Amino acid sequence: MSPELQSPPLAQPRAPGDVRTEEMLLNIGPQHPSTHGVFRVVVQTDGEIVLDSEPHIGYLHRCFEKIAESVDYLKVTPYTDRLDYLASMCNNLGYCLTVEKLMGLQIPRRATRLRMIVAELNRVASHLLAFGTYGMDSGAITPFLHAFRDREAILKLFEIICGQRLNYNYVRIGGLAEDAPPRWLDQVAAFVDFFEPKIDEYDALLSYNGIFIKRAANIGVLPAATAISWGCTGPVLRGSGVRRDIRKDEPYLEYDKVEFDVPIGRGEVGTLGDCWDRYMVRVREMREACKIVRQVLKDVPEGPVMAPEAKKVLRPPKGEVYYRIENPRGELGFYVVSDGKDKAVRIKCRSPAFCNLSVLREIAHGCMLADMIMIIGSIDFVMGEVDR
Amino acid sequence: MTRAEAHAAILAKFPDAIVRDGREGKEAGDPYLVVKAERLHDVVKWMKEDPGMRFEVLQCLSGVDYGKDLASVYHLDSWTNKVTVCLRVELPREKPEVASITDLYGAADWHEREAYDLLGITYTGHPKLVRILCAEDWVGYPLRKDYVFPKEYHGIKNDL
Repeated sequence: MSPELQSPPLAQPRAPGDVRTEEMLLNIGPQHPSTHGVFRVVVQTDGEIVLDSEPHIGYLHRCFEKIAESVDYLKVTPYTDRLDYLASMCNNLGYCLTVEKLMGLQIPRRATRLRMIVAELNRVASHLLAFGTYGMDSGAITPFLHAFRDREAILKLFEIICGQRLNYNYVRIGGLAEDAPPRWLDQVAAFVDFFEPKIDEYDALLSYNGIFIKRAANIGVLPAATAISWGCTGPVLRGSGVRRDIRKDEPYLEYDKVEFDVPIGRGEVGTLGDCWDRYMVRVREMREACKIVRQVLKDVPEGPVMAPEAKKVLRPPKGEVYYRIENPRGELGFYVVSDGKDKAVRIKCRSPAFCNLSVLREIAHGCMLADMIMIIGSIDFVMGEVDR
Repeated sequence: MTRAEAHAAILAKFPDAIVRDGREGKEAGDPYLVVKAERLHDVVKWMKEDPGMRFEVLQCLSGVDYGKDLASVYHLDSWTNKVTVCLRVELPREKPEVASITDLYGAADWHEREAYDLLGITYTGHPKLVRILCAEDWVGYPLRKDYVFPKEYHGIKNDL
């Protein structure tokens, strides 16, 4: 055992038969195309079998929490964009809802409905990237091009509404940065009509592709009990068959007023909780997101999008609050401690990918080295959020 | 189960371990319980294993610097009973030390390493308490209020 791998040892699998193999340490990353960001993992292998793996994170640490203590509440929102940069709208939303809860702010209804639309569109955009890059991880380039073509349409919608394609800073404390332009809602409706049939294409192209199933099924099996102990949430948890979704269990915004299903893994093509199940939960969630957007579009009232009391410098009352929302990657929680001044004492971000990634060592144990890439891809983490 | 009922159950079981009940204050936001550092592990273990409580998830673990004292804050979830409870352990600045709960929750592993890395809280019994976000040779604990930013790191100057 090298000094770098001093965590308690796992039971060691062996190569079958009397094959003579040699143990070695292999470093993957931090600059590696298949690690989805600057993520490094040191793998101890026995021939082709992974005996142990030690994730190393922190290459993208930008002191988000330290910065958040030194600027006032309104100025933290743009920094939350850069946490999970594939789901910036949802990050903005999580932070703003937390501060609004602490202050007891009431948000205009139009803002609430628009927030739901942008959050669900962002979920689709994020899952599209996960879908496309997961195809690439398994050796298929084409799905990635399809996914990016359709993701582009969402980015265009976001560009219209807030002028940005990646870091939106659109959801603000008290409401939204600005109202949606005229006819934007029609464009969203047109997008949903265009996009929903595409999901069938994705299924035909990748989900039920025989080669892909052989590649993704039965590897990286995450039992539900392990997932719960390690704090996994989102598609990683639901892929293991646990029906847990904050939008259903602790509804925020107006999610209790819309109908949608929470897809879970069922072990259709392999073992329950394998990479394919996690992948498939994301594809099915895109359908559900479309369903939600359609329902929200039916009732978007006219009116202001910003609470009038949120325009001055914010001084939330003394106290502390924890609030969480369902991000595309899982439960994004913010813990805010206020002492009544214009700057927070502490803002802690409980990022879903941080917890999801920590389970890697448990599920990669005993797999083939080539499957390691598939397992890393199936967790779908964003290092901006892991390292903060 | 509501949060108040969960608090009452914990207070009834561990009357000597709870320093104060955050509901008594006039603060906004969520109520919390302040637990004695040496009894934290017992309280959490009971909360996890008691069939009536079943707090099966460690939702979040945060280190906080309140200026005078440090604190380790635990947000525990019971998905069975649909309730979240917040426990806070106040730790002296000179020797912030509390028992690790990695034996109860896998999630505590990285979270405790993070609180150690950024605030210098020692979790006794953690299998591998090393820095996680900062570099291994980083000096000091950045999230402490009295932290002084280094002027230089391996020849990279911080002269902004």
